[in-house]
Amino acid sequence: MAEQYLNTESDILIIGAGGAGMRAALAASDAGLKVTVVSKSLLGKAHTVMAEGGIAASLGNVDPKDNWQAHFGDIIEEGVYISNWRMAEILAKEAPQRVYELERYGALFDRTPDGRILQRAFGGHSYRRLCHVGDRTGLEIIRTLEDQVIHRQNVKIIDELYITSLLKKDGKVIGAIGLKMDKGEFHCFKAKAVVLATGGCGRVYKITSNSWESTGDGLGLAYRVGAKLQDMEMIQFHPTGMVYPPGVKGLLVTEGVRGEGGILYNSKMERFMERYSPQKKELDARDVVARANYAEIQEGRGTEHGGVYLDISYKGADFVKQKLPSMYMQFMEFAGVDITKEKMEVAPTTHYQMGGVRVDPDTGMTDVKGLFAAGEIACGLHGANRLGGNSLADILVFGKRTGEGATDYAKTAELVEVREEDIQNEISRVLSFLKPDGINAYDLIDELTSTMSDNVGIVREPDRLNIALAKILELKEKYPKVSAPGGRKYNHGLLAAMELSNMLVATEAIVRSAIMRPESRGAHTRKDFPKKDRAWLKNILCSDVGGEMKLDTEPVPTIPAELMELVKQEVY
Amino acid sequence: MEEKIILNIYRQDPSIEQKGQLQKFEVPYVDGMVVLDAVRYVQEKLDTTLAIRWNCKAAKCGSCSAEINGMPRLMCKTRVDTVGHNITVTPMGAFPLIKDLVTDVGENWEILRKIPKFTPREDMESPWKMQQMDVERSKEFRKCIECFLCQDVCHVIREHSTPYFGPRHVVKAASMDMHPLDSEDRSRMLDQVGGLGFCNITKCCQDVCPEHIHITDNAIIQEKERAVDNFYDPLARLIKRKKTKERSVA
Ligand SMILES: Cc1cc2nc3c(=O)[nH]c(=O)nc-3n(C[C@H](O)[C@H](O)[C@H](O)COP(=O)(O)OP(=O)(O)OC[C@H]3O[C@@H](n4cnc5c(N)ncnc54)[C@H](O)[C@@H]3O)c2cc1C
Ligand code: SF4
Ligand code: SF4
Ligand code: FES
Repeated sequence: MAEQYLNTESDILIIGAGGAGMRAALAASDAGLKVTVVSKSLLGKAHTVMAEGGIAASLGNVDPKDNWQAHFGDIIEEGVYISNWRMAEILAKEAPQRVYELERYGALFDRTPDGRILQRAFGGHSYRRLCHVGDRTGLEIIRTLEDQVIHRQNVKIIDELYITSLLKKDGKVIGAIGLKMDKGEFHCFKAKAVVLATGGCGRVYKITSNSWESTGDGLGLAYRVGAKLQDMEMIQFHPTGMVYPPGVKGLLVTEGVRGEGGILYNSKMERFMERYSPQKKELDARDVVARANYAEIQEGRGTEHGGVYLDISYKGADFVKQKLPSMYMQFMEFAGVDITKEKMEVAPTTHYQMGGVRVDPDTGMTDVKGLFAAGEIACGLHGANRLGGNSLADILVFGKRTGEGATDYAKTAELVEVREEDIQNEISRVLSFLKPDGINAYDLIDELTSTMSDNVGIVREPDRLNIALAKILELKEKYPKVSAPGGRKYNHGLLAAMELSNMLVATEAIVRSAIMRPESRGAHTRKDFPKKDRAWLKNILCSDVGGEMKLDTEPVPTIPAELMELVKQEVY
Repeated sequence: MEEKIILNIYRQDPSIEQKGQLQKFEVPYVDGMVVLDAVRYVQEKLDTTLAIRWNCKAAKCGSCSAEINGMPRLMCKTRVDTVGHNITVTPMGAFPLIKDLVTDVGENWEILRKIPKFTPREDMESPWKMQQMDVERSKEFRKCIECFLCQDVCHVIREHSTPYFGPRHVVKAASMDMHPLDSEDRSRMLDQVGGLGFCNITKCCQDVCPEHIHITDNAIIQEKERAVDNFYDPLARLIKRKKTKERSVA
């Protein structure tokens, strides 16, 4: 018997209601298009709410010398020269407009004494550049965009809806199928253009700062319809995650702590960053600080719970509570530690995917017609290392641009009929997981995430990478046996089964790319190749060729001469 | 021996079951664990059909609201060692049940749609200037993570059928009314459409707010006063309002 489902037709379907998805929705709505936004979490709960430290834009309010040129230079240098220069240029130039626009939408940033938007220092930025709302910048962005989106007549929002696959016909993406979790109903979406704004894949690691929803669904969805995944070996480990108690292991300690003067010590009370980075110290780029923390812990100078110390207490209680209120609460309530009096214990945690779906820098179009991507799921801007604050800038700048890119495309495209058979096949595929006695997806997810944290961390070696790859392939073999008891309504077991397939695509791409890159660059450190290699000024691409993952490399696009003048020459 | 805790979790799928019941689970205790860890252990290892809602596990998204031993709280922010080793977890009572611990909070967005969005004054030169002191007043309300625990605990919402929007929504209105450059006044609509008069200032909402927002003292009472001022003395109100807004501008 044919399964029932609901139909929704729109000009643009946006998958994801984080900052990127909502900003893209506003762009398409501004152009008068009919937009549908879906998200697997509730509206307003997307991963973006967790962002703390701020959004990078060269307003020059605190350091008047700052400008887009300096921001551009920082992105290229700290991304260790494999960023897409055009994306870096667009971001550096347009971030200030997006920040002021957010203010006009209603966001309330912290102020300078003369009433302008205040900016704080962050690792790797040459100037104080991060506009912020205390340490709740992401929440302010989400609430502000949410408020705009819900008041638009031409934007329909369907939350707690999990997209299970994209629909493709004649080489073009024409829609998607999803399961509305709270109702247990299937939906078929027809759209002239589809935007992926599904965020990152931080949850493929056991120790992570990421939300439940960050399982890399967009990677799997895009890969399966033929899009290419780029720079997947570049996973950012944030230098400072909580380590104790075990329940909060991985939870982020914002870089804002170091931005406001926090100092790192090892168990011998040495300020070790003076050794690793005499100039920038705690405020060097994330990969540098994360490796330093990792090395101190590995070499036996770690704390009781396997971390290093981070101290802000010397700044005084008033300062700490005003500048870092949620950090104060987080440590007080989760760890029983008063950071105005005691030091924090921290260690690296998985934080961000620099890689993702390859897109056209100007329009956000992927390698597949009709499919666009923006935000953490899209790749190119951050190269081998993302600077703090650049992601929030990314989701607004490229959220808008991709919304516009998809709008232009949709204006000349048509809605395409979806074959009933394709819809029924996809629904049957999803329902086939609903069996009582197969393998519990959570068990496999546990194995996968532990393998990733144990073997594909900050410092990588071939043996370990091969162990991880073997494990991933073994889990892929087992995958068809995964099942979930219960029904289709709010069934997390079923959801986990579907997420696992995307996590397997993400991890296979990470590990294969990490094996392929025989050098150390940015976030990717190889024990057997400790140096950077000029021959690897390349991007690695993964694509699905007849069911197998194939890897290619492409040279990094050459930076035009006039922009190259803004960047320090790379030294080897 | 491994230390264990007991969880009694509410189970019901109202589309097929008339009545719900508490189901008992044993979960190994881990130092520093929060209730969400224990509930997730059940979901991942013992019964994958258990419906729960969570996302950030960091008390930042407001998804994991439930009643823990009868108290409305965030599961991810409630340490097991503060609530004992025999814990009862039930869904928020003020909202329609979807399944197990998950409730339908969708009506809140319907209410939010009725509250006029931020409407900036038109005479501002850009970039705008504002003083930190003035920004500070609205900031408290912007900490709201939309957990709806305040809605859950409010007896007006729980026990009576009134047009009252509820504390979360007064906080939302206040966050914009107290924006130094906003030109709307939402107190009137809160009063006339949003049933603000039904709130009798019991302050239960502010007691449960995980963000420690002074919902009653700083949002509800302020909005009530504004509404009254507006009603009885619109002119005086206008002057007063203009003054506060002027002071706000650098
Ligand atoms: C703790 C923390 C702090 C951070 N702080 C900062 C900071 O200070 N500055 C900065 O610049 N960056 C920061 N970041 C990074 C930044 O927050 C994220 O990279 C960014 O918010 C990603 O936004 P996004 O819109 O791309 O995706 P997300 O916000 O992750 O949203 C993804 C959306 O896609 C939906 N989705 C996913 N899969 C599916 C599916 N299958 N079906 C339907 N919907 C789906 C989700 O429900 C969600 O709505 C931080 C990150 C973390 C974890
Ligand atoms: S103070 Fe008002 S809103 Fe808060 S719980 Fe009491 S009646 Fe409800
Ligand atoms: S005001 Fe407080 S209790 Fe109410 S929804 Fe917001 S954060 Fe939750
Ligand atoms: S999971 Fe986000 S608040 Fe608890």
